[in-house]
Amino acid sequence: MKAVEVKNLYFKYENEWVLEDINFELEDKKFMAIIGPNGGGKTTLLKLLLGFLTPTKGEIKIYNKPPKENREIIGYVPQHTNFSLDLPITVFDIVLQGRLKKGKFFYSQEDKEKAKETLKSLNIYELKDKKIKNLSGGQRQKVLIARALVSEPKILMMDEPTSAIDPRGQKEILDMIENFNITRIVVSHDIKILLRNVDKIAYIHKKAVIHEGPKLNIPKDKHFCEVELIEFLKDEACGI
Amino acid sequence: MWDLINTSIYASFLLSIAIGVIGSLIVINKTTAITGSIAHGSFGGIGFALYLGSSVILTTSLFTALLAVILAFITIRFPHRQDSLIGVIWAVGMSIGIIFLSLTPGYQSDAISYLFGNILLVENRDLIFMGIIDLVILISIIFLYHRFLAMSYDREFLKLRGINADLLYTYFLILTSLTIVMSVRAIGIILILALFTIPALIAEKFTKKFFTMMILSGVLGFVFMAGGIIISFYYNISPTPTIVIMAAVTLLLSLFKKS
Repeated sequence: MKAVEVKNLYFKYENEWVLEDINFELEDKKFMAIIGPNGGGKTTLLKLLLGFLTPTKGEIKIYNKPPKENREIIGYVPQHTNFSLDLPITVFDIVLQGRLKKGKFFYSQEDKEKAKETLKSLNIYELKDKKIKNLSGGQRQKVLIARALVSEPKILMMDEPTSAIDPRGQKEILDMIENFNITRIVVSHDIKILLRNVDKIAYIHKKAVIHEGPKLNIPKDKHFCEVELIEFLKDEACGI
Repeated sequence: MWDLINTSIYASFLLSIAIGVIGSLIVINKTTAITGSIAHGSFGGIGFALYLGSSVILTTSLFTALLAVILAFITIRFPHRQDSLIGVIWAVGMSIGIIFLSLTPGYQSDAISYLFGNILLVENRDLIFMGIIDLVILISIIFLYHRFLAMSYDREFLKLRGINADLLYTYFLILTSLTIVMSVRAIGIILILALFTIPALIAEKFTKKFFTMMILSGVLGFVFMAGGIIISFYYNISPTPTIVIMAAVTLLLSLFKKS
């Protein structure tokens, strides 16, 4: 079953092409990493996949429907650094937000139980009554992952999930993502993601170069190595 | 005299309900500049009402609600230019008010009282309007509490959950505009921002949940207003600046609280 289909995708912003002719597919329950330089268009691609932006040309389908029509099944984890820390809000309140939906104004007992269960599954239940301000970067990121998972999505999309987190926290988060049994798309400029069990890699720099996993075994894939990759890739992964 | 004080204490109570809810939302959504713009822009509605000889409350409510919708559109559509555009609305609203006042025959002492406010001048019909707006705000917060909180934390995520976050934000600014209209006679356009934000800023430091922040902010708002009225009565000074100075001193003291 195809989870994501992107066909001839183009996106223009203020008369400049940000993305050109992007094509890829992702099967159900697979793990995809989107990498590339800053300003290369990877976050734009994520926003298109989420339905926050509309393609200039081409087509995106998430489980056979345009993203805007299928948002209920999408879990989204933004960067934890985007948010105000002063807000008087507890971890539990943030996680419950994942249960909000159109036409629903109050949380049910089932919503609260589901939120508790999700916090327990991510080993952060003891943080439930803490203010977001009093958490570490890694803990804040886990809270946002819990908020995305509490709606029981079929696909999880994450924007730089390891940014501004210490190395131990980064490892914990990547281990966690690797083990989720749903479709996952991670946008990252952190190449450590490539050393994980990813099923597909998209290198985005206006255009896309797609590498099929599992894991980065790039010395065998000359084409992928020959494109404009970051130095680390060339040295550490490609063995160039 | 005691009748005046009684009415102003009732007004303080009714204002503190709106200020507790809307002031807290203004602080956590960082819309203080937008609120300042609507408050100053409301002078346009007041000037227009005095020129027409129509109801100040009704005309100003419609005028400020229109400003709220325009500001919502600007901040959603042009987020990178919102700072400057908010300033433009601020100045244009005031200019409209001044133009209409200059076209209105006679000296408009009423208009000046709206600029600085005087809680002792609140009348019974103002109390009725305050009560109606409080009711609208309370019903809104009961039904929209979780959405407002989610909007304040992450508007993009709210959209992903299928909720029209832009419409919700516009509604919040309309509620802000109505709270401004109910407060102008008592607090005044120029000092409104202080009373909307200071109690909420103090409450934010002492609370873990937004719900308790709203309650504490409302209680503080009432204490500042009632305290300011009593002090101004005994020392024969203007009540609104007394209220603002009391609130500001408390805010200063609260800054010493460790995080």
